[in-house]
Parts: sequence; C-alpha cells; structure tokens
Amino acid sequence: MKYGTIIIGAGMSGLAAGIRLAYYDQPVCILERHTTIGGLNSLYRLRGRNYDVGLHAVTNYATKGTKAGPLSKLLRQLRLSWDDFSLSPQKGSVVSFPGHNVRFTNEFDLFVSEIEREFPAQKDGFARLVDAINKFDELDLSQEAVPARTILSQHLSDPVLIDLLFCPLMFYGSATPRDMDFSQFVVMFKSIFQQGFGRPYSGVRQILKKLVRQFKSLGGELKLRHGVREILVKDGRAYGVILDDETELEADHILSSIGVAETLKLCPGYEALPEDKPAYRPGDISFCETIYVLKDQPKDLGHDKTIVFYNRTEDFVYDVPEGPCDLRSGIICSPNNFDYGVDETGQSVLLEEGFMRITALANPAYWLGLEGDEYYAAKEEWEKKIYAASLDYMPDFRNQILDIDMFTPKTIKRFTGHLNGCVYGSPVKHLQGITPIDHLYLCGTDQGFLGIIGSMLSGITMANNHILSK
Amino acid sequence: MAPSEIKQVILDILARIAPDEDLSNLDDSVPFREQMELDSMDFLDIVMELRKQYRVQIPEEDYSNLVTMDSTVSYLTPILKDTPAAAR
Repeated sequence: MKYGTIIIGAGMSGLAAGIRLAYYDQPVCILERHTTIGGLNSLYRLRGRNYDVGLHAVTNYATKGTKAGPLSKLLRQLRLSWDDFSLSPQKGSVVSFPGHNVRFTNEFDLFVSEIEREFPAQKDGFARLVDAINKFDELDLSQEAVPARTILSQHLSDPVLIDLLFCPLMFYGSATPRDMDFSQFVVMFKSIFQQGFGRPYSGVRQILKKLVRQFKSLGGELKLRHGVREILVKDGRAYGVILDDETELEADHILSSIGVAETLKLCPGYEALPEDKPAYRPGDISFCETIYVLKDQPKDLGHDKTIVFYNRTEDFVYDVPEGPCDLRSGIICSPNNFDYGVDETGQSVLLEEGFMRITALANPAYWLGLEGDEYYAAKEEWEKKIYAASLDYMPDFRNQILDIDMFTPKTIKRFTGHLNGCVYGSPVKHLQGITPIDHLYLCGTDQGFLGIIGSMLSGITMANNHILSK
Repeated sequence: MAPSEIKQVILDILARIAPDEDLSNLDDSVPFREQMELDSMDFLDIVMELRKQYRVQIPEEDYSNLVTMDSTVSYLTPILKDTPAAAR
C-alpha cells in the first residue's frame, strides 16, 4: 500500500492536517506510537476518572457567528461548525505580581483599563504597543525573528509591566527562555489578551473526538500503537517509513508533528544534525503539573478565577530552573471556572467535580534522571512545595482533595517522545515547515503556530502549502 | 453545464467553505472578499473543491479570474461546458 501522505503523530496538528488531506481524497495515514491520540494535549483515565493533560484553556476564543479570526478560519478549513467545539468562555483570569493584580476576561477593554489603573504612567506607551501589535502580520511566514523585549522597550519604560505582559504569554507557549520572537509574542498576545480563553464542557476530548470522527469519516486511516522507527530517504527525498515492528510503508509525502530534532533523528544520515545546528536543537522548557480533584466546586471554596498566572518575586524569570521546579512563579487553572451556561431549569451548568491544576517550570534533566522510588518521592515532595508556594493565590483546599495526579518532564517524554520532555518544542521555529529532506515537512510545535487553535492551523497550513497546492 | 448551473456549483462550494455566511444577498459583480470573510486559504479551497468535484485544474496564474461571481462563472463556462452538472 502506498499512501499520498503519512503523518507522524496523532496530536492536534497531525489530525487537522489529516482532515485536510482526506477531505481532498488523498490516501492518508496517521501513525501514532502511543495507545491514544492527542500528543501534548491528551486524555487519560485513572482510578475511575477522566483527566485532561495539556489544554488548560483554548485560546483564540470567539463567540458563535464570528466570521474573522483564527477560530473561524480553523473551523472553515476543517469543515466543522462552531458547535462542534462548543467553547464556553472563561469567567475571568488574573496576572498577579508583587503589588500588581491585572485581571482579564475575553473583553480586551477590561484588560486595557486594568493596565491603565495599575500602570498609569505607561498608558500611552501601552496604547502604542497595542497599535503595533494590531498592525503586525503574524501570518507572514517569511519574516525574520526580532526579540520581543526590544520592541516592548521601545514603547514601555516600566520593566514590571513588561514582565507582567510576558508572564501568561510565555507560560502558554514560549519555547525560548527569557524572551520571545516578536511574531510569537503577537500571536500569543492576540490569542490570550484580545481573544481570550474558552473550554468545551468535556475538555480536550470534545475537540479530539470531533477531529478523529471527521478524519475517519473522510476515509483517513489512524493507526495507534504504530511508532515510526525510521524515515526512508533516498537521494535526499523521503519516500516512506519503517515502523517499530519492521513494517515498511511508502508515501509521496511525510508530514511529521513530532519535533524537528526528533524527526531528523529518524532519518539515516541526518541524525547528527540536531547537535550540530542550533536550528535543530530540541527545546528544554518544561513543567510539572499537579491535578487535584476536589469534593467541592472551587468557587464554593472562594476561588472563582479561571486562570491565575502568578509571579512572587521582583523579576519574572522564565527559564529552566536550577532546582527541580521553580517556586517563584506558577499557573493555577480551574476548569470549573468557565461559564458553561444554564440548564432548562435555569441552574448554572457545573462540572461534576471540582478540579484545580497547578503548574510550575521544571528542570528536565533533574526529572529525567530519576527512577523508581526516587522519582515518586520527588513528585510527592515537589507537589507539596508547589502547593505551598501557590497558597497566596488560592484557598487552602487540602482537606477537600479526592484524588491527585501529577506529571513531570519525564511523563511528557514518555508519552510524546519529545527529547528533554519539553512542552513547547524547539526554541528555533521552522515557520515554513521545511526540512533538509525533500518531501518531508514539519507541522505542530516546531513549525511554530502556538496554542490549541494554532497547532491545528499549523497542520492545515503545512498540508495546504506543501501537499494540496502542489 | 450552463452558466446558471456553474453559479450554483460555486454557491454550494462557498456554503461549504463558509457555513456561517449568508449567501442569499451576494452581489455577483462585487468581489467575494468585499462581501464575505474570505482569505487566501479559502480561495485555495474554491480551487481545490472544483478539482475534487469536476477534475478542473486551475493554474495559479488564473486565480485572478475568481474574484467575483460574474468573473468566476465566465472563466469556468468554457471549461465546464461539456461537464454534466452533478446530481444535487
């Protein structure tokens, strides 16, 4: 059997690319090593409960009927309707720095007035920055990288405000420490502050279920437990793959969502590239996250924020921590605190149980080096430390806990294959999605469209640009 | 296909690409882009849908003919004159 395209990885980008190709009648096969779909945004069942991993919120929120913007573009391209994802808007989030609390919702005007209240002297500069962001074309794939700090410091003079703006944007997508490329900053700024957060009632599985159903209904093949061991290359052109079980599959095109370094390591003769060139180095920004299942809804415990991004020290440092986890900053997310509407009796629709998720930067080398009992003991220790560090920003719910689960960089490496267990991929993005090998393209994290919607648009754009338009 | 049938084909494609758009008031002489939220990705889809449904290959240099409904129909009329309309 020869396919038109083989896609490596059944995450959001691979599934979205698959839908495009299958819709236009390509024989297309998605190969996934893991036992389930989703990749970095996945789902699992543990002790009788469903858990999400990855997705805190879908950024790029838009209400039903919105005609412009990334969400509507995505839905059109996938031939899905707004109701397929049914995003419920956030109730309200906050960025908390020492002496400053800036709230934001899906109404950008609130965020602007919060910034003006907290940083009155920066009002005009912030307006100029927003203007520059609005005028910037982040979809131009040919642009050169410019450090965002350089542009921000042209408009803003208060380093605290600069760090405060960076904090949620870095936490939700930056593969580079301390600074971002301005185009990535713009993508994240628009998607988080201007468009905002939403979440389907049933979380990530709602989105993945729709993607898989659409893909299969169009004739696409999805093979779970099918890992790719080698990409077949002849005369500089990819023509197929060898699976873990030695089966060979051929295809005209290979689209890989597994990361640039991870992809090239599968290509004989190109394995050395990742160490040689910065452009092919895997990223190392990663996180630990604890998910708490609670007896009560967080709002009944006095916590009504959707997401809290906190930073406890003077400077916000987004980098690989020296210790196992960085206790200076974190994210507290409650999936309960979205507005899921009302039922027929007028009661607010609530999730069945309370959930709190606390996330902190983690050092991949430390976590990957632990085994067995040592690993479990470290998880327990750092769960407690991160929880304690977060108590200034949430109620103490220790006696409410029904169950706890925690992921570390080791978990991410195990289930996604990302070297270093990195979350946001390679620090150098490959916006065009091309590799040194013909007919082998990248999509997903290392191509570089960020967020949930971005990851799907990445798969779509690469399928369009490299395969469908040929 | 007659021009009126070709117009219907295009309307069907637009409805599929942009299900939230109201196409009933479309002005045939005004560019699609001025009446609907369509970007370059959507134009690629119009071309791809025609290829999928009627095996029509439209070279990139001809994309400029797909600006309005009138220009699209007159461009496609000679190309599709011997192609039967699909059962709807």
